[in-house]
Amino acid sequence: MAKIGVLALQGDVSEHVLALERAGEGKIQAILVRKSGQMEECDALVLPGGESTTICRQLESSGLTDELKAASLSGKPILATCAGLVLVSKEIMGNRESLVKPLGLMNIKISRNAFGPQKESFEADLQVKGLDRPYRAVFIRAPAIGEVGRGVEVLASIGDTVVAARQGNLLALAFHPELTQDPRIHQIFLKMLEA
Amino acid sequence: MELENLRFGTELLKRGFAKMQKGGVIMDVTTPEQAVIAQEAGAVAVMALHAVPADIRKMGGVARMADPAIIEAIIEAVTIPVMAKARIGHFVEAQVLEALGVDMVDESEVLTPADEFHIEKTKFTIPFVCGARNLGEACRRIKEGAAMIRTKGEAGTGDVSQAVLHMRMIQGQIRSLKGMDDLQLMKVAREIEADLDLVKECASMQRLPVVNFAAGGVATPADAALMMQLGADGVFVGSGIFKSENPAAMAGAIVEAVHHYDDASLLAKVSKGLGAAMKGLDASTIPETEALQNRGW
Repeated sequence: MAKIGVLALQGDVSEHVLALERAGEGKIQAILVRKSGQMEECDALVLPGGESTTICRQLESSGLTDELKAASLSGKPILATCAGLVLVSKEIMGNRESLVKPLGLMNIKISRNAFGPQKESFEADLQVKGLDRPYRAVFIRAPAIGEVGRGVEVLASIGDTVVAARQGNLLALAFHPELTQDPRIHQIFLKMLEA
Repeated sequence: MELENLRFGTELLKRGFAKMQKGGVIMDVTTPEQAVIAQEAGAVAVMALHAVPADIRKMGGVARMADPAIIEAIIEAVTIPVMAKARIGHFVEAQVLEALGVDMVDESEVLTPADEFHIEKTKFTIPFVCGARNLGEACRRIKEGAAMIRTKGEAGTGDVSQAVLHMRMIQGQIRSLKGMDDLQLMKVAREIEADLDLVKECASMQRLPVVNFAAGGVATPADAALMMQLGADGVFVGSGIFKSENPAAMAGAIVEAVHHYDDASLLAKVSKGLGAAMKGLDASTIPETEALQNRGW
């Protein structure tokens, strides 16, 4: 049975566990990754939503930063949502402080909190490449992908703003598929295990 | 994508915002400088107010929403979410906070209540957090639209006992619903003055349907870990940080303690050499009429 590790330092971890179990239909096991050594046991990883400043700091203090980079380089599928998207990017545009250090796993530049404060958070029916019907996407103080580099496939946009992309083993989203009951995004992610 | 297809201020967005705070520490701050210290220490959000609860207690008088200029300066100073307190029932303070771009309003018993009724929170685009001492109070606030609950505890005391009491009360009441049939749940709902559908939801989920944080008296890393082990989704720290001897060190240690709440050796390590915690006040010596937790119903 495939083991999917959900990075459990901070954020909506249990929602991802439930979403994975729903999409996996008993064929996967979700485990919480909090300590050094746990990522190695996992076949794939999820970087949940939360506060990127906090998650970044806790990655460092838990000694998990290098293990996460190694897991990505080894080709393990990684689903990164919201704060996770910030982490996997190579650069934060207009970064005015250095508290969040992106890991540079994906050839994208992002802008944090691109849509404004919580009152500008929104739900939208999104056309996602590979899905036949629109996906109800939940954006919460969301980042956006500002620049897409070589090797990156854009999966969804709102106007000119890219909000979902894939590069090899990395699937990165500005929204939260774990907050809705629709399993299709997590199913796409689990399919990446078969490749 | 047509802009008219976007929906704002839904229940999902409000509760979702609260879920993003899970496993984190939300810190009270009164200046932009304090907000920066909190952010650097790993806070998931800051709570802007004009004075920390311990000082509000000392100063007496009417406690109100913070000066909008200070709130704006705090929003400008950090990238993490900024919350702010409004008085119980003072929906205009909440409107002002929403207009300022605050991410969440705390309808708080720490400030002087403005009304016997709480704010109709469903009418707002931004989410609210409210205090509760028991399941009935929590369900009434959720029914009014609260997207997040926190224990009331006894703010500004640095005495964690009341937060423990309120967390145990809510958890215990939810556990007692297990296995009850509809008629029994109806009786409980009537007794605790709560909405029946919410009581049923708590019974089946075996937790509140919204995020539940600990607040009111958390002053040390061990206090924070205690609340997490008792089932809190995260922790608010009010006076505990900026009334301690070394706020930056205390803030960082409490963040570590919340993340590693079940690892005693790590808790021992982060608790070392932090300087004095806030002096505090034994909550059992506070006359009932002066206890902040008795504000609201």
